[in-house]
Amino acid sequence: MIDALEIGDDCLVLSQRLAAQVTRAPTLEEDIALANLSLDLLGQARALLSRVGDEDELAYRRGPAEYRNCLLVEQPDADFAHTVVRHLLYSTFLHALYADHPDDDVAAKGIKELAYHRDYAGLWAVRLGRGTQESGRRMVAALAALWPYTGEIFAVRPETEERVGQVLRQAGLQAPHGVPQRDGGRRGEHTEHLTGLLDELQCLHREHLGARW
Amino acid sequence: MVTLEEARAVAAAVPDPELPMVTLGDLGILREVRHAPGGGIEVVITPTYSGCPAMDAIRDDLRRALPGAVVTTVLSPPWTTDWITEEGRGKLREHGISPPGRAAAVPVTLGVRCPQCGSPGTRLVSRYGSTACKAHYACSDCLEPFEHLKEL
Repeated sequence: MIDALEIGDDCLVLSQRLAAQVTRAPTLEEDIALANLSLDLLGQARALLSRVGDEDELAYRRGPAEYRNCLLVEQPDADFAHTVVRHLLYSTFLHALYADHPDDDVAAKGIKELAYHRDYAGLWAVRLGRGTQESGRRMVAALAALWPYTGEIFAVRPETEERVGQVLRQAGLQAPHGVPQRDGGRRGEHTEHLTGLLDELQCLHREHLGARW
Repeated sequence: MVTLEEARAVAAAVPDPELPMVTLGDLGILREVRHAPGGGIEVVITPTYSGCPAMDAIRDDLRRALPGAVVTTVLSPPWTTDWITEEGRGKLREHGISPPGRAAAVPVTLGVRCPQCGSPGTRLVSRYGSTACKAHYACSDCLEPFEHLKEL
C-alpha cells in the first residue's frame, strides 16, 4: 500500500518548490511547464493527504518535525540544473512506485502524469548535460549536491538508480558513486530548508487563521 | 422534479470553464448522473489531470445548472483523451486547438496537424501550454502558433 502521509508530503513539498519558480524560470515555456508539474503534484498530494485526515489541517498546521517527506524534495533550487536533477530523481522514483500499485486510484491516475514529468526532466538533463560547458558544469554540481539525498528513495524503489543512470549516460554525465547518504525525512528529521519552505506555504494561514478562498 | 434523463442532458451540456467551446459531455469528464442515496440527483465527474484547477468551477457550474444536485469526484478509472467525443474533437479543431490522437499503450510521437491550415508540418514549441492538458506547437507552413490537446 502507498504510504499516503509520506508520499502526500513528498508531493506537497515538491509542488511548493516548483510553484515558487513561477515568474522566475529561465524562459516563459519552462515557467509554464514547472507550474503544470506543480499542479499535477498538488492534485496528487490533496488526494493522498485527504486519506490521512483534513488536507488543510495537514498542510497548514504541522511543523517541520511532523512532515514525513523525503529530504530530496525539500532541497532548494540553487539553479535550473538543480530543479531538473531533483525532478528527474523524484519523478523516476514516484513513477516506479505508482507502477507497483495499479489498484490505487491516485497511482493509476498519476502514473501517466509522472511518465510525462520523467520525460520532461530527462530531456532537459540531456540538453543541459550535452549543452555548453557551463550547463554541463552546473549539472555535475547539481548531481553532487543532490546525490546525498537519494538513499531514501533508492531504498524503496532500487530500480530508480538504474533508470536515472540510463538518462545520465545519454546526457554524457555520470551518477556520483559512494556518496555518504543522509536520511531522516520519514522520521521528521529534516534539513534546514524545509522550515523556510513551510514558512512560505503556511504564512497566509498563520496570519489569517481559517482563511478560505 | 427533473428525470434522470433530463438531468443527464443538462449536466452534459455544461461548458468546460477552460475550454468553453466543448461541454462536460464532449470531454468525457461527466461519468454518471444517478439518484443520490438520500434522494435528489448525484452527478459524478472525473478530472482530466490530478491537479486540474477547473474542478471547483465545474462543481459550481453543475450545482447552478442542477440546483440541489450532489457533485461527486472519482479518479478511477482514470480519464483518457480517448473519452473526448468525435463532436468534441471537431469543436476543438474549429476553435484552433488541435485535438488529441488516440492514446497509445506505448508512448509514440505521432504527427500533429495544424488546426488552421491542416499542414502536417508542425513543431513542438513546449510540452506544456496554457493548461495542464495542452502542449504548445507552431505550424511550419502557415507559421501560426497553436495548442494541441495532449494524448493521455
